Amino acid sequence: MEVGLNHFLTVSVALFALGLYGVVTRKNAVMVLMGVELILNSANINFVAFSRFGNLGINGQIYALFVIILAAAEAAIALAIVLNIYKTFANVNIDEIKNLKE
Amino acid sequence: MELYDIIFYLFAAITIGSAIVVVNSKNIVHAAFSLLLTFFGVSGIYVLLGADFIAVVQIMVYVGGILILLLFGVMLTNRITNVDIRSGSIQVIPAIIGLAIFTAILFWTMTSTNWKSEKFELPTTTAFQIGDILLSEYVLIFELLGILLLIALIGAASIARRDKE
Repeated sequence: MEVGLNHFLTVSVALFALGLYGVVTRKNAVMVLMGVELILNSANINFVAFSRFGNLGINGQIYALFVIILAAAEAAIALAIVLNIYKTFANVNIDEIKNLKE
Repeated sequence: MELYDIIFYLFAAITIGSAIVVVNSKNIVHAAFSLLLTFFGVSGIYVLLGADFIAVVQIMVYVGGILILLLFGVMLTNRITNVDIRSGSIQVIPAIIGLAIFTAILFWTMTSTNWKSEKFELPTTTAFQIGDILLSEYVLIFELLGILLLIALIGAASIARRDKE
């Protein structure tokens, strides 16, 4: 069977499901961030695959580039927030943190 | 089976296999290093899709930037000298059930939709076209993203060291 659009979309679906699983089940906030990165990567695969097989042309790759940039900004901010949570509560397990302030 | 297909299945196996390790590994550092393999696999998939520039950006930004940042986060938020870096999972069974239903719906939608799927001619290199379109059609978004990155940088620095008010 020749590799076509559906093969790439299948990889994307699998990555999305795994990323969502990580976000839902992991305790550590850094692990949740890793799940978010997996989800963003799966969205990027979709963009690039439709850029190749659909009629998007180069535009799909540009959107993928923008998603990568936003992921970088998101990771920086989220890591700063996680460090602050660690400073305040001495752990980053999101099931134990219940208060908005100390 | 052509060489293209074999390489695709190889990269897909690397990507999904290491992603499974990422979400299941008890050790956070193992998960972070598996994430490295996932990013490399996704980058290989980009190359197979004819997006060479995106593939290089993926390696540079994700592996060189975001993964290092995540590793810093792991090192700074776990006392690795005396407590082992372990992290458990919660609500595994409900998550698996819900996600199985969700993934089945997603997969069914994907296979039942008649996607317009025609293979276009692979451009030899995309860097020229991307640079061209980025500074003509998308120039406003390009500048706004530059400002956004600056704001994120300043914001992250000021959030992370707020101890002395």
